[in-house]
Amino acid sequence: MNRKLLVVLSLVLVFILLAGCTSKETSGGANSDTIKVGLNYELSGGVATYGQGLTDGVLLAFEEINNNGGVLGKKLEPVQVDNKSNDTEAANVSTRLATRDKVVALLGPATSGNTKAAIPAATQNKVPLISASATADDVTVDSNGNVREYIFKTCFSDSFQGVMMAELAFGELQMKNAAILSDSTSDYAKGLSKSFKETYTNLGGKILAEEAYQSKDTDFKAVLTNLKGLNPEVLFVPGYYEEVGLIVRQARELGLNVPILGGDGYESPKLTEIAGKDVLNNVYYSSHYSSMDNSEEVVRFTKNFQEKYKKEPDAFNALGYDMAYFLKDALERSGEANPEKLKDALAATKDFKGVTGTFSIDENHNPVKSVTVIEMKDGVPTFYKKLDPK
Amino acid sequence: MEQLLQQLVNGISLGSIYALIALGYTMVYGIINLINFAHGDIYMVGAYVGFALTTFLDLSFLPSLLISMAVCSILGIVVEKVAYKPIRNSTRIAALITAISVSLFLEYTMMYFVKPDTRTFPEVLESKRMTFLGGSVILDVKNIYIVVITIVLMVILQYIVHRTKTGKAMRAVSLDKEAAELMGVDINKTISYTFALGSALAGAAGVLVGVYYNTINPLMGVVPGLKAFVAAVLGGIGIIPGAVFGGFFLGMTETLVSAYGGSIFKDAVAFAILILVLLVKPNGLLGKTIKEKV
Repeated sequence: MNRKLLVVLSLVLVFILLAGCTSKETSGGANSDTIKVGLNYELSGGVATYGQGLTDGVLLAFEEINNNGGVLGKKLEPVQVDNKSNDTEAANVSTRLATRDKVVALLGPATSGNTKAAIPAATQNKVPLISASATADDVTVDSNGNVREYIFKTCFSDSFQGVMMAELAFGELQMKNAAILSDSTSDYAKGLSKSFKETYTNLGGKILAEEAYQSKDTDFKAVLTNLKGLNPEVLFVPGYYEEVGLIVRQARELGLNVPILGGDGYESPKLTEIAGKDVLNNVYYSSHYSSMDNSEEVVRFTKNFQEKYKKEPDAFNALGYDMAYFLKDALERSGEANPEKLKDALAATKDFKGVTGTFSIDENHNPVKSVTVIEMKDGVPTFYKKLDPK
Repeated sequence: MEQLLQQLVNGISLGSIYALIALGYTMVYGIINLINFAHGDIYMVGAYVGFALTTFLDLSFLPSLLISMAVCSILGIVVEKVAYKPIRNSTRIAALITAISVSLFLEYTMMYFVKPDTRTFPEVLESKRMTFLGGSVILDVKNIYIVVITIVLMVILQYIVHRTKTGKAMRAVSLDKEAAELMGVDINKTISYTFALGSALAGAAGVLVGVYYNTINPLMGVVPGLKAFVAAVLGGIGIIPGAVFGGFFLGMTETLVSAYGGSIFKDAVAFAILILVLLVKPNGLLGKTIKEKV
């Protein structure tokens, strides 16, 4: 008797739960006052600062857009899910947002690895996915060189940074021979070195040596002594701030005082901390954004951001902010909140004006945009100049 | 030529660190035939203790070095008592696995408390540079400190092992544990001493690395620990001068390989040499067929 009652009761419970689910789903799908946008970000875990930064930027832009009447007469509704900085989780979140929440577009994840994990779900469910910070070259293009129809990004690619830094070294700084010291364990650094080398030699510069280190190395003196003996005019060190900080410090200790160039992996206050203020001079890197840039868009964004979050915006905040406006721009042009039409509108974006630069989407779904070059002066990042793509 | 001299300076500084860590491996192996994989993590703890003392208590270099060595020796004794003593008579594989577990335990406990980020050591030694041969060879005060402290510690260790009663007990235990016990040597005490001494050296290496490279993180002990282990095997594991020799040999090899354009193969060459040495002299470069180990 008791057992029967238990079975009946549990069945009732299951029905109630199921009914709850279905009714929720229909109400979510039928609600047409809002346009749902999925935010698949790293809100906890190893790279949570990136995910949080991008989310802050996106939410600020959504708030501004909604206060100004929204898009197509509807409000933008962010659906935020944490992917815990984990690629499996990123794939799950992507599926969930596309199928259960029926979002019109997926924003994120932040890193290239997690973005790649989130791609299959977006493609299968035919929902456009936009990443504002996945710089790897193979995010929007698959291994056969075919463009991924539903994937877009609003940041420049790794290889592009190498190209721009080579042009800076050869043209702007007038350095005719260079040496490369690259992180042999990172795809990011390898991509940058390759494109730097190609562009630099095509321009007529000479690469004196290509040396490598591994991430987590701490002693670079041997290889730096060797490079010093070759007398390069400039050193290209693509890599992340932890090792680069030590490299800059040890290079200066050994009396190797030539300019050091790199990519957006330098972007961290830790760089100054590790290298030390007094030696961190004559170091240039490409970045997405500088708050010291005094263009009209940047000034307005900086002001609004400070009002909402009470702090200085960084590159990730700016990228997130731009991505949200980039989405709004395409939604307006597509005329309705339909993933299929949105995808075509995103691909057709021309001369979009954002705080990280003006850009158009090229045939590979990458933006053609300017690079901000930052110069370190006594450990303080200062705006050097904006380089436009040729 | 000048470049070679500069590389020698680089290689000797790097080698000193390896040698200091290798000593701990070799001593523990000599006495209880255990490869103490947690040794590299004791070195990491030493670096963090040094960091805390110099950053939060504003102590200067030498006191922090000494306190950090003391803390590490206590940690070494605790690790031995808690993890290794209960399994002293089990199989070697059990001991090895325990050692690896202790290593991971230390790494991740530390990560829990200090967060995984890299920390920067304050400038406790004023960076003074001396240049030779018209500026092409640069010697930093820190290089001198590292090498001098390493040598002083090794001389002290040599004195303890060969001239004191404890040292005699250590040598006796390493030769034959049972016989030493029958002669009235307190085995437990002797093993504790060995762990204390080895861990103190690792602690010193940790502080020196913190000062020299000025960054520390909870996983910093993994690679140097492995390299120091290689150094110890290269010189002949269980033999004190062998560890020192192996440490300097490995430091110089790595430096010279990177110096002559092989930075990508640096580790490959170092480990290839290890394999060659072990093929020709399985007991290591300074190993003898009659084992006399500590």
